[in-house]
Amino acid sequence: MLKIGVLALQGDFEAHARALARAGADPVMVRAGKNLDGLDALVLPGGESTTIAKGMERLGLFEAVRTFAEAGHPILGTCAGAILLARRVENHPVSSLGLLDMTAVRNAYGTQVDSFVAPADPGAKAGLEGLPCVFIRAPRLRDLGREVDVLVRVGGEPVLVRRGERFAATFHPELGEDPRVLRLWIETVRRSASAARSRERANPLSEPA
Amino acid sequence: MTERNDGKSASARIGAESFALKVGLAEMLKGGVIMDVTTPEQARIAEDAGATAVMALERVPADIRKDGGVARMAAIEVIEAIQRTVSIPVMAKVRIGHLAEARVLESLGVDFIDESEVLTPADDEHHVWKHDFKSPFVCGARNLGEALRRIAEGAAMIRTKGEAGSGNIVEAVRHLRAVNGEIKRLTATAPEELPTRAKELQASLDLVRFVAEHGRLPVPNFAAGGIATPPDAALCRMLGAEAIFVGSGIFKSDDPAARARAVVAACTQWDDPKQVLEASRGLGKAMDGIEMSTLSEEQRLANRGW
Repeated sequence: MLKIGVLALQGDFEAHARALARAGADPVMVRAGKNLDGLDALVLPGGESTTIAKGMERLGLFEAVRTFAEAGHPILGTCAGAILLARRVENHPVSSLGLLDMTAVRNAYGTQVDSFVAPADPGAKAGLEGLPCVFIRAPRLRDLGREVDVLVRVGGEPVLVRRGERFAATFHPELGEDPRVLRLWIETVRRSASAARSRERANPLSEPA
Repeated sequence: MTERNDGKSASARIGAESFALKVGLAEMLKGGVIMDVTTPEQARIAEDAGATAVMALERVPADIRKDGGVARMAAIEVIEAIQRTVSIPVMAKVRIGHLAEARVLESLGVDFIDESEVLTPADDEHHVWKHDFKSPFVCGARNLGEALRRIAEGAAMIRTKGEAGSGNIVEAVRHLRAVNGEIKRLTATAPEELPTRAKELQASLDLVRFVAEHGRLPVPNFAAGGIATPPDAALCRMLGAEAIFVGSGIFKSDDPAARARAVVAACTQWDDPKQVLEASRGLGKAMDGIEMSTLSEEQRLANRGW
């Protein structure tokens, strides 16, 4: 079974763990760099990006997660997690990992009374037509790099983007009933994990990925 | 927007969606620390320390207790100045049952409304019907029945009442153990006994059934009231609180910035005693505490509400 870490410093990490378990993966709570050993992929959950970034700094997790991602492991960030993946952050900036070439604008829709649920605009890719999206004090993404692909837009704004196996959603696929986003990402985790295993078989003396 | 969530029609669907958004924000606050602040400067200290949200107040509970008089919703200018200063969610308190104060805070766009026993109640029989609001509400509870009554009214988050402004954790511990103990007992209760349990708890049978089936409340369950030290924060997490509120404990201590950082660290790493130890060093003096036996029943804020 795929072992997928969930960064569990603060936020809706339990909702992510439940959603991963429903999608057939084995969720592992990550609270220290050493927890990343042996994982196939990592989820950065929703929560407060200031709190999570400060916790990551305190525990040396920025370097650990960057190294993990640069070794080719898939990463999914939702809401605060998407902010942490961005190269640039605006509107009360926080430290970020810079793993996706884009700008995240925090709290771009307003306060909690402006939170909303809306369906994907027509033309969503990868079988995500009509996807219901839950936005909670959500960020906006802009200045996307050329290699960053937009999978879903809502109101014309990019809300789910990917570059290879790195995915960022400004909404919360873990809170809704619709499993499509998590299934799609877990499929890329599965491919990435089996590619890593066949590299190990081809070259048994090398360090395991 | 102002439809009641008691029909089974289209309004019920919209009500369910709006409730999911409210509980969604509560989910985002899990694992964190929500701090009482009275000025923009304090709000900045809280945000810099890693608080997940701030509670905008005119006086912290320890001062409300000391000064006496009627405690009301904070002045609008105080709340607005704090909203302008920080990027994390801003909460504010209304008096129990004060529908109009709640509408004012909703219009102000606060992120969470605390219908709080810390303020002087406006209605000694009825709480706000919270389904009617776009803003989510948090309410205090001493036991499972009280928690489920508030959830039935539309609360999207429950916190223990504890004893606010006391610097004494004993009441929060009592309330956490009461709620979680009663939840555990319900999970072991036969289905035909649930209606009688609902009657005893003075709670809706639907909510009692949910708790029996899932072994948890349908909304996040946080701790508040008397948390003053990093180990107090860790203790609440050990007893099942999913996040904590710290009222007077930060800004009534010697070194608020250091204590705020330490409480955040202990709340995150509550299950690692070495981290709680490190967080507990060099903080100076904690707030003064009050022994419960010196408080009369009338002085106990937790007795407000039902």
